[in-house]
Amino acid sequence: MEDVGEKLVQVVIALAIFAAIIALIMLLVDRAPKTFRDKATIIGFLAPAVVLLAIGLIWPAIQTTYLAFTDRNGSPNGMDNFVWMFTQPEALVTLRNTLLWVVLVPLMSTGIGLAYAVFIDRARGEKALKALVFMPMAISMVGAGVIWKFMYTYRGAEREQIGLLNQILVWFGGEPKQFLLDAPENTFFLIAVMVWIQTGFAMVILSAAIKGIPTEIVEAARLDGANGRQQFFSITVPSIRGALIVVVTTITIGTLKVFDIVRTMTAGNFETSVVANEMYTQAFRASEPGRGAALALILFLMVLPIVLYNARQLKKQREIR
Amino acid sequence: MSTTPAIPAAPEAVLAKAAEPQIPIARRVKQRLTSRGATAAAIIIAVIWTVPTFGLFISSLRPEDNIQANGWWNVLGDLEFTTKNYTDVLASAGGSASNLGQYFINSLAIVIPATIIPLVIASMAAYIFAWGRFRGKDTLFIFIFALQIVPLQMALIPLLSLFINLKIGEFQLLPSGTYAQLWIAHSIFALPLAIFLLHNFISEIPGEVIEAARVDGAGHATIFWRIVLPLSVPAIAAFGIFQFLWVWNDLLVALVFSGGTADVAPITQRLAELTGTRGDEWHRLTAGAFVSMIVPLAVFFGLQRYFVRGLMAGGLKG
Amino acid sequence: MHIARSRKAILPLAALSAMALTLSACGGSTEEPSGSEAAADCSAYESYGTFDGAEVSVYSTITDTEQDKLEQSWVDFEQCTGIDVVYEGSNEFETQLQVRAQAGNPPDVAIIPQPGLLAAQARAGNLKPAPQEVSDLVDKNWSADWKAYGTIDGTFYAAPMLASVKGYIWYQPSTFKDKGWEVPQTWDEMTALTKTIADEGTMKPWCAGFESGDATGWAGTDWIEDALLRQAGPDVYDQWVNHDIPFNDPKVADAFDAVGDILKTEDYVNGGIGDVRSIISTSVDDGGLPVIDGSCAMHHQATFQAANWPEGTNVAEDGDVWAFITPGQEAGASAITGGGEFVAAYTESEEVSAYLQFMASPEFANKRVEQGAAISANKGLDPALATSDLDRQSIELLQSEDTTFRFDGSDLMPGAVGANSFWSGVVEWINGKSTKEVVDSIEASWPSD
Repeated sequence: MEDVGEKLVQVVIALAIFAAIIALIMLLVDRAPKTFRDKATIIGFLAPAVVLLAIGLIWPAIQTTYLAFTDRNGSPNGMDNFVWMFTQPEALVTLRNTLLWVVLVPLMSTGIGLAYAVFIDRARGEKALKALVFMPMAISMVGAGVIWKFMYTYRGAEREQIGLLNQILVWFGGEPKQFLLDAPENTFFLIAVMVWIQTGFAMVILSAAIKGIPTEIVEAARLDGANGRQQFFSITVPSIRGALIVVVTTITIGTLKVFDIVRTMTAGNFETSVVANEMYTQAFRASEPGRGAALALILFLMVLPIVLYNARQLKKQREIR
Repeated sequence: MSTTPAIPAAPEAVLAKAAEPQIPIARRVKQRLTSRGATAAAIIIAVIWTVPTFGLFISSLRPEDNIQANGWWNVLGDLEFTTKNYTDVLASAGGSASNLGQYFINSLAIVIPATIIPLVIASMAAYIFAWGRFRGKDTLFIFIFALQIVPLQMALIPLLSLFINLKIGEFQLLPSGTYAQLWIAHSIFALPLAIFLLHNFISEIPGEVIEAARVDGAGHATIFWRIVLPLSVPAIAAFGIFQFLWVWNDLLVALVFSGGTADVAPITQRLAELTGTRGDEWHRLTAGAFVSMIVPLAVFFGLQRYFVRGLMAGGLKG
Repeated sequence: MHIARSRKAILPLAALSAMALTLSACGGSTEEPSGSEAAADCSAYESYGTFDGAEVSVYSTITDTEQDKLEQSWVDFEQCTGIDVVYEGSNEFETQLQVRAQAGNPPDVAIIPQPGLLAAQARAGNLKPAPQEVSDLVDKNWSADWKAYGTIDGTFYAAPMLASVKGYIWYQPSTFKDKGWEVPQTWDEMTALTKTIADEGTMKPWCAGFESGDATGWAGTDWIEDALLRQAGPDVYDQWVNHDIPFNDPKVADAFDAVGDILKTEDYVNGGIGDVRSIISTSVDDGGLPVIDGSCAMHHQATFQAANWPEGTNVAEDGDVWAFITPGQEAGASAITGGGEFVAAYTESEEVSAYLQFMASPEFANKRVEQGAAISANKGLDPALATSDLDRQSIELLQSEDTTFRFDGSDLMPGAVGANSFWSGVVEWINGKSTKEVVDSIEASWPSD
């Protein structure tokens, strides 16, 4: 167990160094001359974040943009990578799949999560019921991939099934199905895994938002004779609009970046690849970093509207304040 | 609710109280939107969401032959359980063994600094964005929020080569195959979301509290450590859990920055290797998957109320 | 923060030698434990010199029991020279090697199983040319074909290490005897036998498994390569690999169809597992298992299949399983495909040079082969050391002057094809796409220069 101790020491040393750096910043800020102190504070407090972001995200983003216009030997090749992307059938399938993911996952996770949150609101055992659905959030995507690969496991009809879904098919007199091989529906079976993971997140946030709706409003609506459905659409949904936006945004960005699920379950075969997976495959396995970077740019463009929308919301709010 | 008495009556606290159904704020009439059908639907969802994990768990306790012979739902018929799968994946050593124990320790060693470091840095930045005054503040803030769109995959190679070239003379500041690269990489990738969420919370702290401290002559550093941080505990805790889960479950960053060595590689990496090379060895896979889940599940169940509360604060405002 | 890395190698070495005993029992083949950990005889290692505290980091695809055996074979070298070999095996090798090389953080030595990747790394300027001593050793111990695979644009970079012979067809001798089936001598006889077995109906003639994580499909490319080499000959094979003929050349399509006649016919596959498409969802390791329980007659896989049989399986002509080389058009044809690894250096130093020389020497080959489940084309290797009849037969085949040896084609092609579209193409092909669609789309993916 000497090994464990050594690793612990590394962790402690690292944290000590980090604490020392932060302490130094604080000291410098507090000792700065009075006239300069406010500025020093702003610089000192922002510097660590800005420096890290510059080297870790901004610089790479610039480099990738350049790479997207080069071939695998690093010489510029104009728009070739983009031409490849929009002419190769495989690449087109990848783009189509990504669109399916990005539409279906946020929609279904949020929909199911919201429905569930409403259904169990103030029900007995609400906490436990919530925990059950939230649990997949705590599982890694690789772990989730293993779980669902097991659910979808196929065996020939003559053998005993070990995957639950095929067993259910057999119980109902059907033939076992190669869930992960049959395109195009296999993409939906992969999407189901992501929905399974993200629903808990949507549910927890939305549930809390619902509980935050002032009682008086709900009460008034009830006295006005609104039924459950009317209450839901005219009171609940508008009141939690802000939470809905955050949930949809977060899940959408997460979905666009999804990579582990596809990689563990089909490795992008059988027409299931998505942009994030293809990006990795092209850049690292096929040694075509230019194509990988081009795909990354596409991903970037796909997320852009969502972020812009959120940025506008943010700006509006700050102006109100 | 008594665990965090220091929180002022920010809107968040009220929300959190409302989230506790057993506390009768005002005896509400039961105005549930639910009906019998809704209850049934809820139960069905709960079952669908639980069965896959449950099946995996049962399987991980079954002997190898049984796993291969028939489905886990037959377990009532044979009632044979074993912990061998777990001892197999955990205890053994050497290149041939899955040796998950060591990777488990690695995961812990990665996740703790990779959670603390971004939290501190992000809180500092969030504090300035909430209470500092300088030109271009809003633009910078939105720019940082927008950085969430940079796909991780893009950032990996440039960042790695930067780490390699970071030298003082011959001394490499961040040698490869150590945790340091992973800590910093994870910290960077967490910052945009962390700054955004923490800012939303910190800006809700009543201005009078901070003004009062200021009048007493406290500097920014003092205000930050004595007032802002303690008041932000729920949000920090929430994001901390979020980041913890994220780092623990990460595969991509680990693949690139750990260099794959058993010295530093986390458990997800090993698990992914096991799925790749032992596609049909369900007895090892199931147990392995469960070992990797233990910590995140424990963290989640232990701290879930902070998680919800803190995210709510950031969430509703978004 | 640098502590953990260096001490890693010392610890396992002690543990390893103890473990070698238990592990060899798991390996399944009949090997004698190599228990010379205490006092190594250093006389054979004097020429390498001694190094105090020197370290050589080695990165490769080899993991699991194979890794233990590999590390075991340089224990003496480490003890005698004082060089600490820090070994790391990864299933993510192909991608990670490129990431690390691009980022400027390569290992000292990489053991690369694809000449295509080796060439790409050399052309990218990452590799150091092999020291003269290594080049001389390779001239002495390997055929010109093998040296050519380690030579890029006229410069010799990497010595071959181990090898595998692909295109073995595994079967159960007792079943063949009981049923009166004969080992086929030509491709046509093999097709005829396939039909006979299917008609008899007691079992399906073939079983296969191509699933291998994100490398799914490679086992299928081996099939195609075997068929092409045998049908069209080595010259066409070379043209195909070098893209002098297009991937959708009729000859290549014919090779696909010849394999398709077997693998894409429901009556012929997938014995003991399921239908045709179950091939791509069955793991490579498990694809051959039905041969043992008599639900499938034949399985096509390289020498390393020996490690996939259950513990205690006797691999011998009169044992539980045995294998014959995929037959050619005519009886007695001797063209075979195979694979191997190349030991390439990313850094230059005395200790790296010593390690490279050791890896190219007959001593290493002998040390590794005597532990079982490995062969090498090194002519200095003593076939008698092989632990199984199959290994011995394969070594003799590799060393023989009469054999036409061709490297696994997908390993020679650019990564975009050989490690991507060829694999996924075969997967789609088994999954139902036509030969034409598949070869056309692979041809389209061939990167232009």
